[in-house]
Amino acid sequence: MFELLGIPPQALFGQLLLGLINGAFYALLSLGLAVIFGMLNVINFTHGAQYMMGAFTAYMLLQYLGIGYWGALILAPIIVGIFGIILERLLLSRLYHIDHLYGLLLTFGLALIIEGIFRQQYGSSGLPYTNPIPGGTNLGFMFLPWYRAWVVVLSLVVCLATWFMIEKTKLGSYLRAATENPTLVRAFGINVPRMMTLTYGFGVALAALAGVLAAPIYSVNPVMGANLIIVVFAVVVIGGMGSIMGSIITGFGLGIIEGLTKVFYPEASSTVIFIIMAIVLMIRPAGLFGTPR
Amino acid sequence: MKSYDMPIFAALIAVLLFAPLALYPVFLMKVLCFALFAVAFNLLIGYVGLLSFGHAMFFGFAAYISAYTVKSWGWSPEFGILGGTAVAMLMGVVAGSIAIRRQGIYFAMVTLALAQMVFFFCLQAPFTGGEDGIQAVPRRPMFGFLDISNDLVLYYVVLVIFAAGFLIIHRTIHSPFGQVLKAIRENEQRAVSLGYKIDHYKLMAFVISATLSGLAGATKAIVFQLASLTDVTWQMSGEVVLMTLVGGMGTVFGPIAGAAVIITMQNYLAGFGEWVLVIQGVIFVVTVLLFRRGIVGEITAYLRARSAAKAAAAAGAAQTA
Repeated sequence: MFELLGIPPQALFGQLLLGLINGAFYALLSLGLAVIFGMLNVINFTHGAQYMMGAFTAYMLLQYLGIGYWGALILAPIIVGIFGIILERLLLSRLYHIDHLYGLLLTFGLALIIEGIFRQQYGSSGLPYTNPIPGGTNLGFMFLPWYRAWVVVLSLVVCLATWFMIEKTKLGSYLRAATENPTLVRAFGINVPRMMTLTYGFGVALAALAGVLAAPIYSVNPVMGANLIIVVFAVVVIGGMGSIMGSIITGFGLGIIEGLTKVFYPEASSTVIFIIMAIVLMIRPAGLFGTPR
Repeated sequence: MKSYDMPIFAALIAVLLFAPLALYPVFLMKVLCFALFAVAFNLLIGYVGLLSFGHAMFFGFAAYISAYTVKSWGWSPEFGILGGTAVAMLMGVVAGSIAIRRQGIYFAMVTLALAQMVFFFCLQAPFTGGEDGIQAVPRRPMFGFLDISNDLVLYYVVLVIFAAGFLIIHRTIHSPFGQVLKAIRENEQRAVSLGYKIDHYKLMAFVISATLSGLAGATKAIVFQLASLTDVTWQMSGEVVLMTLVGGMGTVFGPIAGAAVIITMQNYLAGFGEWVLVIQGVIFVVTVLLFRRGIVGEITAYLRARSAAKAAAAAGAAQTA
């Protein structure tokens, strides 16, 4: 076998694939954050906890109801999305008229509550979730597990579908208009508060979907969301939340960069995204795809 | 309006001077360290309107520096604390000049991410001792003659540090510099158009806040003879936000009250495991939804409303007479 820059290709492509997988999660999560932020002007700190809830819902569906992975892939986002809608109606919607920082503090508190309850119930160690598509194929230069390929493909499809819905459909144009000027859109007889509720539910469902996808790869555990969400925040700062496509590209791109760092300079792999964030902030404070405001 | 800050502060110090008669000194020292941390944090959120979600990086890293210099290099504790504080100040300059490029929600995310970077650094760096942290930091005599291995002596040292930190923040807030900070909080564009270089002011405030957070962390490392990863986690950053929020953001004494309440609560709930997290979350949610002004903020508002009502009643009585 040939070698590339002194790195065996198996290691290189293996890490690239891992990076792509991480990128898929970054993209799904930062997309959800961007959609919610665009409409509600709230940074959803509960996003990591909702991602974790997605994974746990899949686990519980299997454990208590015998519903397998494919059912959970549909059901878990709906269940967690409804939970999100309840949160928005009961709590979050009361804070729209005041400083948005309170929305951040509220969702932070909710994240602590959710994480604490799950830690109390299930402990901090992981629970296993069986891989629904075992096996894989040998591509010659690397081994490609089917499930990982499925994760990358599905998240790409979901991301692009979301982009299409927001940028190219009539519903999407309502959304964008309401982001721009909610008062005017309301004057046209469109129920903006309901749109905000549904948007939050949708963003949360995206997080839960990512959680279900993650369950067979990483073990299901209560702290899986907390550390991930901080990286996703950095991803969001790098990309800027102005553009949907921007968050998708940034998500995948940073995942790949992180994977490559693991090959060439493993010590920096957990910090590389934060370093990139610092550099981007110095050069282009609004983010790569953001518009200054 | 006449300020009662200094008389209240004097009374508070007087109470604290005799507090060890009734309360365990180590507990009091913990409260004082966190109170100083929260007071420093409050300078940013309360007076500049910047919510930092990463203040644990200054608190925790300064703790590491102070513990390491004292334990491994044999520095005396006062230099260890100074060293930790100085490093926190440098970190404040770096982190501040990156973070102030964004505002509002982004500022919170940027500080959180920077703090997470520091966390990973501490996790990997050899000198921090990884998961174990730096333990058994010796309590050598301070200034060569103060025997701080005695908890009571150390308590009064910590009290002096706390009082000094508080007075620095108080002076900052009530200086012309502090007035500009408040102007930035209220209306940034206006402050710019009045010719203030707001980035300089924000950075300065950030550095002061980071330095005093470092002072609090470095002192805590000496008190508990320990620096560990707990102090650099995002949960710690969240805790100082919670203390300040509960006590009252933008009030002079709120952070102190908040720190006392939260530390007391943690002490009583130590046996309840993960429920502490849940209870902290519930306090966050309840405070944000129901009393955003915090304990001290609500009391001040109540007293103001009462004296306003009295003044109105007196004016009414004068008119009828």
